[in-house]
Amino acid sequence: MDLQTLTYIVVGLSFALYIGIAFWARAGSTSEFYVAGGGIHPVANGMATAADWMSAASFISMAGLIAFFGYGGTVFLMGWTGGYVLLAMLLAPYLRKYGKFTVPEFIGDRYYSNTARVVAVVCLILASVTYVIGQMKGVGVAFSRFLEVDYDTGLYIGMGIVFLYAVLGGMKGITYTQIAQYCVLILAYTIPAIFISLHLTGNPIPQFGLGGTLAGTDTYLLDKLDQIVQDIGFSEYTTQFRLSMTNTFFYTLSLMIGTAGLPHVIIRFFTVPKVSDARKSAGWALVFIAILYTTAPAVAAMARYNLMNTLEPAPGEYMKYDERPSWFSTWEKTGLLAVEDKNGDGRIHYSANKDENELVKIDNDIMVLANPEIAGLPNWVIALVAAGGLAAALSTAAGLLLAISSAISHDLLKGVFRPDISEKGELMASRITMAFAIMAAGYLGLNPPGFAAGTVALAFGLAASSIFPAVMMGIFSKKINKEGAVWGMVGGIGITLFYVFQHKGIMFIPGTEFLGSMKPNWFFGIEPNAFGAVGAIVNFAIAFAVSKVTAAPPEHIQHIVEDIRVPSGVGSASNH
Amino acid sequence: MNLDNNSSAKAAYWKENIRLIMTLLVIWFVVSFGFGILLVDVLNQIKIFGYKLGFWFAQQGSIYCFVVLIFVYTRKMEALDRKYNLHEDE
Repeated sequence: MDLQTLTYIVVGLSFALYIGIAFWARAGSTSEFYVAGGGIHPVANGMATAADWMSAASFISMAGLIAFFGYGGTVFLMGWTGGYVLLAMLLAPYLRKYGKFTVPEFIGDRYYSNTARVVAVVCLILASVTYVIGQMKGVGVAFSRFLEVDYDTGLYIGMGIVFLYAVLGGMKGITYTQIAQYCVLILAYTIPAIFISLHLTGNPIPQFGLGGTLAGTDTYLLDKLDQIVQDIGFSEYTTQFRLSMTNTFFYTLSLMIGTAGLPHVIIRFFTVPKVSDARKSAGWALVFIAILYTTAPAVAAMARYNLMNTLEPAPGEYMKYDERPSWFSTWEKTGLLAVEDKNGDGRIHYSANKDENELVKIDNDIMVLANPEIAGLPNWVIALVAAGGLAAALSTAAGLLLAISSAISHDLLKGVFRPDISEKGELMASRITMAFAIMAAGYLGLNPPGFAAGTVALAFGLAASSIFPAVMMGIFSKKINKEGAVWGMVGGIGITLFYVFQHKGIMFIPGTEFLGSMKPNWFFGIEPNAFGAVGAIVNFAIAFAVSKVTAAPPEHIQHIVEDIRVPSGVGSASNH
Repeated sequence: MNLDNNSSAKAAYWKENIRLIMTLLVIWFVVSFGFGILLVDVLNQIKIFGYKLGFWFAQQGSIYCFVVLIFVYTRKMEALDRKYNLHEDE
């Protein structure tokens, strides 16, 4: 059977599974719509969280980024996992104890202020919309690459699938589809990795293969890789820093704090029955994430090695263009890979020197997508990778859309404008909001604003500088009052946006960069994507200072704080 | 020890929780930011199989440690919940 048919079958089967789950897991109440009824087993929730968390970027792009950044790619590996430690110890159990449906609801109650709640909704929407655009693009790109339909059609199909299970099932439908999507994506990721590791190092476990020797020699894979990248003028794979040590530090910290502050991740912990389950569930989520995240650096190094080896099989002997392998020409056709034989010798010379280099374009994403072909795996594995990429993009998009729509229907509509709305009315409203959120996200995916490229990292900065500090201080301090929380969030997210816009233009419109005379990354050499940690520090500082000089929180808030700190007396997430 | 559900028990419970969190977060910081970033060049002098040790902590070891830290926290907190009789109703 040819690859195209096989891909349609595998992807079609996975979609049929998601739709089947959608009909089985329809939501009948607001509790089911917002928190899946609160009865999800911690291991199942961990699996759903992992799928929710790992986006198209994790699945398709991350290994490719590491392949070219080498050690510098560490920021993503530690940054996108370390936040779960913060989540498990500092946020998840207490928010679960409080037992409400959304993050802004907690902020509004703890800071006894609808203003705080609305500010939290605005921060949440800013962070989540920034993130969801990237996912919608991921859906369109994955479809157009794997199924050879055009980008727009791919996006419409993706929207249709998410529409079915998110509007019908809400959190309940999303949770069960995410569990299925996790299984698809992790198989699709690890199977090619195992075979490549086996092929290169003789060890089937990629995590060990990365530290092992090349099959049939005494040379370690990483040593060999260090040597060959240096031979053509790149810096050493295992030691190259991303900009500087300071920048690496802040970038990692921003991604960690942002992870813990992203609302679509936090709300997943509202779905488990108990406080102790929320702690456990964070651990299981990280186990399931770690399976992919510890495999990714192996995939990265092995893919880079394979690429180098293809281009220069022996020192000084470059690949003959006419004898290029078939995967090479396949990816040339997509435009993700391009060569230019500058000196006309019929060979492709890959070099760090821009004038000599003849591999003029190599897209990061190829490193994962072409792996099964490079390793000579059968077509069904390639088809599975297509289904895995789509599962990663769809699961994250659905989680984000739920966070956005529940903030609008529960926090704005019920919380602020129509507190007397009936449960039935709210359920209907939440479905309508979800439908609109999907259409809006689809519109942004079809007409991506100029800033869409590379904004996923910005979403972390926004969440890190606004939501994480407000929630954490609400639990760990009794003294922070509403003025402190509101000004902290506004100041934190404000300074983060200021730094980003100052570098990249207001709303990323070219030509509107201000302070143009400043040197790039002027704040201690920290790049804009790494600025969220600084924003978080600013948020904490403002909140403490303002709370010091304004009236202390009222008596009953102290009791709320004392109560959320202990597990006893937990109820199911409720609609009050 | 079986204390009543009074506020002094809650305060003591919270104090122990904070101490546990601080201890575990110090480890969290040391294995990731310490070994993986700040001390990476020093640790890279040591090699274990094909891995430079600093590189291993940055791209593998820190993630394993994160998983262990969360489960240690879960275990210890369950013991603490019972010690102060503040656990959830079964």
